[in-house]
Amino acid sequence: HNDPLACCLLNHRYEHSVEGVMKEKLVLIGNGMAGVRTLEEVLKLAPDQYDISVFGGEPYGNYNRILLSPVLAGEKTIDEIMLNDEQWYKDNDITLHKGKWVDEVNRAQRIVRTTDGTEEKYDRLIIATGSNPFIIPIPGHDMQGVIAFRDINDVDTMLSASKEKNGKAIVIGGGLLGLEAANGLMKQGMDVSVVHLLDSLMERQLDKAASALLKASLEERGMKFLMEAQTEAIIGKDQVEAVRFKDGTEVPADLVVMAVGIKPNIELAEKIGLHCERGIVVSDTMQTFDPRIYSVGECVQHRGMTYGLVAPLFEQAKVCANHLAHLGIARYEGSITSTKLKVTGIDLFSAGDFEGDDTTEELVLQDPGLGIYKKVVLKDNKIQGAVMYGDTIDGTWYFEMMRDNTDVSDIRDKLLFGQAHLGDSGHGDDNRVAAMSATTEICGCNGICKGDIVDAITRKNLFTLDDVRVHTKASSSCGSCTGLVEALLAHTLGGDYSQSPNKKPLCGCTEFTHDEVRTSIRENELKTVHDVQEFLEWKAPDGCSKCRPALNYYLLCQWPGEYIDDNQSRFINERAHANIQKDATFSVIPRMWGGGTTPDELRAIADAAEKFNVKTVHVTGGQRIAMYGLKKEELPVIWGDLSKAGLVSGHAYGKALRTVKTCVGKEWCRFGTQDSTQLGVDLEKMTWGSWTPHKYKMAASGCPRNCAEATIKDFGVVCVDSGYELHVGGNGGVKVRATDLLCHVETSEQVLEYAAAFMQLYREDAHYLERTAPWLERVGLTFVKEKVVEDEAGRKALAERFLYSQKFSQDDPWQARAEGTDEHEFKPIKMVS
Amino acid sequence: MQQAEKVMSEQDSWIEVGNLNDIPKLGARVVRTADGDIAVFRTADDEIFALRDKCPHKGGPLSQGIVHGKRVACPLHDWKIQLDSGEAVAPDEGCAASYPVKVEGELILLSLTPNEGCPNS
Repeated sequence: HNDPLACCLLNHRYEHSVEGVMKEKLVLIGNGMAGVRTLEEVLKLAPDQYDISVFGGEPYGNYNRILLSPVLAGEKTIDEIMLNDEQWYKDNDITLHKGKWVDEVNRAQRIVRTTDGTEEKYDRLIIATGSNPFIIPIPGHDMQGVIAFRDINDVDTMLSASKEKNGKAIVIGGGLLGLEAANGLMKQGMDVSVVHLLDSLMERQLDKAASALLKASLEERGMKFLMEAQTEAIIGKDQVEAVRFKDGTEVPADLVVMAVGIKPNIELAEKIGLHCERGIVVSDTMQTFDPRIYSVGECVQHRGMTYGLVAPLFEQAKVCANHLAHLGIARYEGSITSTKLKVTGIDLFSAGDFEGDDTTEELVLQDPGLGIYKKVVLKDNKIQGAVMYGDTIDGTWYFEMMRDNTDVSDIRDKLLFGQAHLGDSGHGDDNRVAAMSATTEICGCNGICKGDIVDAITRKNLFTLDDVRVHTKASSSCGSCTGLVEALLAHTLGGDYSQSPNKKPLCGCTEFTHDEVRTSIRENELKTVHDVQEFLEWKAPDGCSKCRPALNYYLLCQWPGEYIDDNQSRFINERAHANIQKDATFSVIPRMWGGGTTPDELRAIADAAEKFNVKTVHVTGGQRIAMYGLKKEELPVIWGDLSKAGLVSGHAYGKALRTVKTCVGKEWCRFGTQDSTQLGVDLEKMTWGSWTPHKYKMAASGCPRNCAEATIKDFGVVCVDSGYELHVGGNGGVKVRATDLLCHVETSEQVLEYAAAFMQLYREDAHYLERTAPWLERVGLTFVKEKVVEDEAGRKALAERFLYSQKFSQDDPWQARAEGTDEHEFKPIKMVS
Repeated sequence: MQQAEKVMSEQDSWIEVGNLNDIPKLGARVVRTADGDIAVFRTADDEIFALRDKCPHKGGPLSQGIVHGKRVACPLHDWKIQLDSGEAVAPDEGCAASYPVKVEGELILLSLTPNEGCPNS
């Protein structure tokens, strides 16, 4: 779009097409993770656009550099960490020039040349030269036995050095890489000392307290440390013999590993005149100052930052590919990263700014006995950073809240105890992934065990939650194990995993988030699913099974009375107004207002059950009666029978108002304080038929004994002598969450107004398929109180919008279908005898 | 001679299913046969495809799924099935048999003899 090159590229393509079959030429310099990931993304988006060549200095395909530590520690083999073998390049028609170094780029003629004279012309070029290990220029640094820890070659050298009996290794650098190298060498049987210039290890990732815990536990394993030691020289004839320090001491060594840091490899970029500072400077579209030349990976400097972790590099790759495919909608806006140490048995997590300053607050939990340390740094009640040692299960949770800028004022008091203590029992003490056996079930919906997931991550080289979902089905159904799967990803990938991009797109068809899509629908007055997809340049013309129902809901919510529901964008249950079962039959559940019924209704249900030979009649948890095993063609007929007795759809199949559960209240109960039954009926009469982001359940209990279980409902009323307590954001199910108290009101009219306002706020603000519980945790109770309790005019406006939209949704869909609406939905098109 | 016989039998086997507009765009209808249901799909640009109405995963009725592009998402566990080949989209594996289908004017014609290549017919 705003790419100055777009028009001349179009011309360029035209020239080629006149000549015949030539495609644009895309050349990649650097056969590493970031560059090749970019190519993979390009192939996904525009498989036929480019003729691709790759130059790589190493004599291998593309391998997973972050897994070199496990290779060194003997936990993995080289083959297991290959990401793209040579066959992959062949399969995708990519020319791979391996073992060749590019030392010249003619930008005027657009030609790349290697030291051995190989040339390739390019239309667009990607520089992904990565980084080089920093070698301290002390005497002896180029001696035999002095190496870095950067590539397969280094690992080979270390492995052969470790074969010597009683070999002594010195690792210079007590950062992430140094400690992983030291751990690997120690596992290979070497006597290892780590030399560090400062007084605490991993000072860029850990504060002093966590660092001390780490040092103690590594010492327990036999690692030695020389802290605040400055290396002066490496001593030996040809082969290293010892290391001498500034204070004069000498320590014998057969192997010296320098792991003091990396620096972006900008040599080529500087040589060809691209603007570089610490790294190659790029824009938000990953273009260098020459717009035909892109750069991604560790060699890049973006908004003043350089990155050495995988997740940011992959985000850059995605944006770069998006631009190369001329989609132009993605922008890289920088990454927040988190760190884990890949040393088996040591749990350590850090993210963001964990040191803090005058403007921040620190929450600290320290239990030396259990070896647990957690620190969360807050600024204006938002998480700035976190360090954890010994118990890192909540790392992903803190990281997510940090990324989403979540206000934690409502949960500050419980924050350090973890998500399990929020009344959200998604995971608890028993579920620490590291301690789980391979046969522990992670995803109960699909029966996927820890071993299956770990196996898929390592064998199929998966990096993201979505990858795991596609390949294993874990976390793809109810989603309650998502945190565990993310923890497993972090645990398995170790060091460089940070779980998700800054922005979560609505689905694979778009880069836009739920919120961005909703805003655009509103501001650009988009009124059909097709309009939204076209305006926001959906990658797949008619979307997928994930986005279409979401868009249909957003439009329905935004334009009540105006939007025409798109049946084909609804999941079968909502399209057919019944729940599909595993044998393709359906269930039928009529509404019972506030859980009440009559002999006539029961008789009608009994008659229908007999007439249609219903196999199972079952009382539901929502105080109604379900009939199972009906054929699709029978549905309009049974609905016709039921509606003659006054029974209407219970919407038990919808992302919609389900039930309002009640107790008998003061009409019968000796403890009842208010007429909770009538209140429940009134609530249900007001809200039935409404569509919501996810299913929505209510309850009204007549006294604080709470027999209607109102405190695990999306909206619950507990009657008290002085009026009504209103509770919000609860649910049963896998992740039980008790409600938060919203407020206390005095009259039943107020209950109805608050109920309508809260429901409308949820309808307008939550993401599709997000229940009130996670929504409330995301936006915070304070936000909801501000909108529904404190702002009277706002509350009334919300309630009014709710009631307005209800005008268009309170027609019984069952009766309509019994009378012939959507006849095609229920009948075969043809019967063949 | 053999060739002519084959053509004859193919012509005999086309049955009229209904009109294009009997199936909603991005939707499907079922042809009920003694050997089970066949799902007939219509895409956004009015292409018609026919598959055995049984997902290779757990037998879910594909006719009830959401149609997008040239795929359908099974309503039971969201497997994506390719409408033209009946193959499950990777990494899932399996196939639903596909059936020859053609449109003449507005009329949809279907053959009850499945295409070769998939055992699940």
